[in-house]
This record gives sequence, C-alpha cells and structure tokens, in this order.
Amino acid sequence: MCLAIPALVTHLDGGKAQVDFGEGVLRDVNVTLVDTKVGDYVLVHAGYAIQTVDKEDALETLALWKEILATENEQGS
Amino acid sequence: MVEKLRFRDPELAKKIVQKIREVTPKDETVKFCHVCGTHEWTITHYGLRSLLPQNVEVIAGPGCPVCIVPAAEIDEAVQLAQKGVVISCFGDVLRVPGSHKSLLEAKAAGADVRVVYGVSDAVEMAVREQDKEFAFFAVGFETTAPSTAVEALGNPPGNFSFLVSHRLIPPAMELLLGIGDLNISGFIAPGHVSTIIGMKPYELFPRVYRMPTVVAGFEPIDVLMGIFMLLKQHAEGTARLENEYSRVVKWEGNTKALEIMKRAFAVTGGNWRGIGRLPNSALKLHEEIAVYDARQKFGVHVEQGKDILLGCECHLVIIGKIKPCECPMFMKGCTPAKPIGACMVSSEGTCRVWAKTAATQAVS
Repeated sequence: MCLAIPALVTHLDGGKAQVDFGEGVLRDVNVTLVDTKVGDYVLVHAGYAIQTVDKEDALETLALWKEILATENEQGS
Repeated sequence: MVEKLRFRDPELAKKIVQKIREVTPKDETVKFCHVCGTHEWTITHYGLRSLLPQNVEVIAGPGCPVCIVPAAEIDEAVQLAQKGVVISCFGDVLRVPGSHKSLLEAKAAGADVRVVYGVSDAVEMAVREQDKEFAFFAVGFETTAPSTAVEALGNPPGNFSFLVSHRLIPPAMELLLGIGDLNISGFIAPGHVSTIIGMKPYELFPRVYRMPTVVAGFEPIDVLMGIFMLLKQHAEGTARLENEYSRVVKWEGNTKALEIMKRAFAVTGGNWRGIGRLPNSALKLHEEIAVYDARQKFGVHVEQGKDILLGCECHLVIIGKIKPCECPMFMKGCTPAKPIGACMVSSEGTCRVWAKTAATQAVS
C-alpha cells in the first residue's frame, strides 16, 4: 500500500499536475505536498506526489553501485 | 530508462551478493527485519532470499497497513455502510475480515461501498452526489496520511467525512525490539514512509537499542544494498543510521507534508491487529476539524473486535515470528481466493505475497 511510482511532471496548474508514468499512462495528481516544476520527476502515491526525485542523488546512488562493481573488477573477480 | 534498468541489473546484483558473502559472519545467524509490504514483495518477487547466505535471514514485520487494521475499525466501516453512508476505500481494504463481515460482504448485502484510487477521488464523488453522505476509510501509514490531511484541511463538502485508521511505523518497530526471542540484528526501514518522516524518527534505534538501521528503496539492488550495509555494520560491531534511498529520502523528510499532517492530526494510541494497543501509534483529526470525523458525526464506535479467527496465525506472521508456510492454514484453509486472515488479503500482506510468488520453496 505504500507503493509509490515515479512519474514525469508534464503540466502544472496550481496544486494539480498532469504526470506521465511512462508508456502513455497520464494522470492528474495533487502536488500540494511538494515543490515541483514541469520536467521534474515526482514520486506518486494514491494520487498525490509525495516527493520530488532528486536526479543528482539518483545518479550518485548509481555511481556508488558502479564503484562497488569497479572494486570487484580490480580484484579480478 | 537505462538508469532505471541499472536498478535491476543482474550483474550488479551478483557483485553485491559477493560483497554480502564477504562480510557475513561464519559462526552465527544474522536476522534483519523490514517493515514494509513493498519490501516483502521485492524480496520474494525477485527471489532475493535465495541469493543470501543461509545464515542471513530477512523477516517481514508489521509493514502492511491494511493487515494491521483491527477488526473493530472494519466493524465501524461496516456499521457506517449499513447506516446508508457511502464508504469509499482503497481496494485492498475491501476483503479484510471484520468481526462479522468484511466491507465486500456488506457491499454484497446491498451497502454502497466504492473503491477509489485516492482520497481526492472520494471527495469528488461527494461533490457530485450531494444527496448522499460519504465517508472515506483512511487506512495507511505515514505515506498515505498526508493526502488525508490535505483533504481534511481543504474544506471538504458537508456530506463528506473521514473514518481515520492511520497508523505510525516507528512505534511498531520499537515494539519488535521488545520481543526478546525475535533476535533482530538490524532494521531495513521503509523507503516511502521515510520519504515523509525522514531519518530522524529512526535515530533512537542505533542510539538507544544499538540496532543498525538502513532506509532502503524498493528495487532489488536497493534491497540487496540495504542488506549489505546492515551486514557491514554488524561485522564492524557498530550501529548507525544510514540512508540507501537518498534519491527520495531526505534527512528531514517532506517538511511540507509533515507540517500539514501536524495541522490535521493529533497523535493518539491505537490498536493493531495481531499486536494490540500501541501508545502514540495512531492519528485522529484535531478538534477544530472533528466535524469531519465519521465516528463522531454518525455516533459509531466499536471498542473491541474479533481480530484473529481460531487456527489463524496472522498475529505471529505480522510480527515476523513465523513464516507464512508455518501457519497450519496457509494455502489450505486460507488462500488468496478465500482468505481467512488479514495477511492473506492485501496484495502486500506477507501471506498473500508468499502465496502469489511461490516464494515458500525458495525460503522455507
């Protein structure tokens, strides 16, 4: 039930936004709980955006994982 | 898209599993507990338990907000429906057993019970149908409560009210630490609850209980990384609070959502199915907006319900004491098609997740 899905903000109109979940799934959601703008990714739960997804942090996470991978490769595994 | 796929990269998973093996102790069993139905789904769906060393166990705590709604509150919803109030709720809630009947059974007997995607859809219904009374059955943890708060503070129509059954996760985690024979060595804290509440409410687990705690996301790589981070702390003999899910979980949480929740709700004690009463674990509408409280508006109050039916061991599954396959009714008397206990109802209930993914073979 705490499932939340990232979606791209495509239109913004006050407290409402149209978001794109990908593959053509569009929906109006309430964005009063977050500060967002068109082009941001937000995490949507039960019709409400509950957080904006931080792109830099997402990339940092991926970099961290890559680092683990790199360490492993250096060790020749 | 490529980035998204990296979060499920099998090669990366293999490397993390290798790292996990390196830091796993040789001579003891280490047990970690998560408290989120979505984590259980990720773990079973991707077969993550089968990738872990045999002495690393991951158990599911009370992480399904639908499963822990006590029968008394289902009974209240049923009573409201029987009084002619239109009940709107999340789909998962429909079949949760009450003391006598579920909302689905009430609906079959003629009550008007409607499934909605979110609370705003429920409010829109009430605006469209002014001649009827509507009550939204507000179930869910901190992830869901802010949306209820927004609508409660947003001057809902006069024919709309809330049956608030929200619960808070940290008190349930603290309870698990009091169960001596669970022997937990670390918490995988729930990512989307933490999106709202941030990291601070978990500080006491490492500080007071010396319990390593890692907030983790929901992709398979997230969960494996969370387990690795916990094992690493265990190996170092330290207890820290760490954030694996920093792309959406901030230290302070969603301050806007927390502020709105604070304005709408007061914290109170609440019953949890299979657990009992936990102080400071539930929410109720503040006095100023109590006019929207369905219990007060329609004089409905059920003190005690019948939470667990004879033979059902949901109360032990909910706290991670037994695995679903250790319940004598699992997939015998109790199946997804005909659930007996609440854990088999919601798509995030531990028994339901295990039933649907045939995970029992991989982990039992």
